[in-house]
Amino acid sequence: MTAATDFAAAALRVRRRIVAMCASPSGGHLGGSMSLVEILLVLYREVMLVDPARPGGPDRDVLLLSKGHGAIGLYAVLAECGFLPEALVDSYGLPGSRLMAHPPPGVPGIEAPTGALGHGLPLGVGVALGLRLTGSARRCFVILGDGELQEGSVWEAAMAAGGYGLDRLTAVVDRNGLQITGATESVVGLEPLAGKWESFGWRVVTADGHDPASLRAVLGSTTPGRPTVVLAATIKGKGLPYVENKVHSHFARLGGAQLRRAMSTLDLAEPRDPS
Amino acid sequence: MTAAAGGRTAREACAHQLADLMRADDRVVCLDSDTGAFARVDFGPAAARYLNLGIAEQNMMGVAAGLARTGLIPFVHTMATFAATRALEAVKVDLAYAGLPVHIVASHAGLSAASLGPTHHALEDVAIMRMLPGMRVAVPADTDAALALLRRAPALDGPSYLRLGRDATPPLPGGKGPVRWGSCRVLRPLGGEVLIVACGPRPVCAALAAADTLAAAGAGVTVLDMHTVKPLDTATLSRAARAARVVVTVEEHWMSGGLGSAVAEWLSATDPRPVRRIGAPDRFFTLIGDHAHLLEQAGITAEAVVAAARSTLVTSDR
Repeated sequence: MTAATDFAAAALRVRRRIVAMCASPSGGHLGGSMSLVEILLVLYREVMLVDPARPGGPDRDVLLLSKGHGAIGLYAVLAECGFLPEALVDSYGLPGSRLMAHPPPGVPGIEAPTGALGHGLPLGVGVALGLRLTGSARRCFVILGDGELQEGSVWEAAMAAGGYGLDRLTAVVDRNGLQITGATESVVGLEPLAGKWESFGWRVVTADGHDPASLRAVLGSTTPGRPTVVLAATIKGKGLPYVENKVHSHFARLGGAQLRRAMSTLDLAEPRDPS
Repeated sequence: MTAAAGGRTAREACAHQLADLMRADDRVVCLDSDTGAFARVDFGPAAARYLNLGIAEQNMMGVAAGLARTGLIPFVHTMATFAATRALEAVKVDLAYAGLPVHIVASHAGLSAASLGPTHHALEDVAIMRMLPGMRVAVPADTDAALALLRRAPALDGPSYLRLGRDATPPLPGGKGPVRWGSCRVLRPLGGEVLIVACGPRPVCAALAAADTLAAAGAGVTVLDMHTVKPLDTATLSRAARAARVVVTVEEHWMSGGLGSAVAEWLSATDPRPVRRIGAPDRFFTLIGDHAHLLEQAGITAEAVVAAARSTLVTSDR
């Protein structure tokens, strides 16, 4: 199997797991989790220094899922990468499970409870300042939703990160263009987004959020004295063409027929090496 | 250097002691929201661990949580009302829910901001903070008590809130015993038919003055300095309440949700008896006046404590 098909197969396993969680009694945030899959996989498999055997190890890179409603995407990737036991992930959505619709504290691989939007970037600024004060070479990644950028605390933190020149901090914006009631630009417009981040002192790079090579190219590097933001163009609901770019994919509680349709759609995407 | 308590305000003394803590332990970090409180503080070799994050309190709380995640021990300084209301969601989620040892040192509490007006008064902060699971809440009665609590904060395993005023307040008379998180001080001996439970500089002074007045008239009076509102020292409270025919609470806080509520919640379940709460009435304080004047306006006075105790004793004698 080539590296590319190996990655594609992992992405497909993650998407199947996301879909399965959306068929749990609690349902799940489908669209914004599907849009995150490649971003999280590239980070956990290829970019971050993390060890599933030592999820709280002192030398690890830190990932904060500020768009906490992408939790099932994170759970699925953490399971794929060996951080979360299968049984725990399978408990998602069932009474008594520790895995809620937003990441809880105290679960291996989950660095902070998130879900109320606008919290991750301040946390990331704190982690990056802590890394600087302790002389650590680790990095901190914060995954933001694009609708989340309407929260003022994001910009308080962006200003602080720029002001302090936190080059160990990288933000990734999951720019799928949609929030609950419609396009971000039709609710409270975010553009020109690159210009906003630049004016706050950030290095701005763009990527195709579903192309591992594109993500790899930008996530691996930093610029001295400036934090980096990756504006990752993504598709809400990616992987299920009939919900892609649709607002109603935000949250789903899939019934049996919907689950079968989703799984068979994903089956069709099974990667094959060219022969 | 140990910060001297006499003459300085508790917040100034705490600012200097924080610098001492930072010099002694390189995990201790001080975050400030451009309050100016540290302008005359010499951090010496710890200067890199003083971080002024500008006028952005909710960001500061989140940053503190991030710092705690890297093994550091952050102290956060801002005014009480900005910690408890503007930054509340960050305090709730990033500190309390996450269970992180971040220590909030809040100044200008109660009515101490005086003529700065209701935007800067904090009469809600104790209620808000003590609602948060795992949050410890302290309202020291003088500078020495504030310093003792601050010194012991790094050993706490979760978040804490240390409530300070603005201006200098007198040191309490001697013989008070040590101040430790979670255990109150007995300022007038247990066994009184009147039990006064107070927190904070002016309310504890009012409690002591009221106790003197009541004792001069022949009443047995117990006074507790309940400097830690959460966790409440329920063991001492219950012991003190056993002999009491009336309990009077005194605090510089709206009457809802603060020390008086905490005491009433506990006693109503364990040792039911009349509890009279002295605190600020349900309104904003909108006219110019100094701190003492506003406390008069709010009815947070020794006379009010005496009147509350006497009226309840008379009623219960009938």
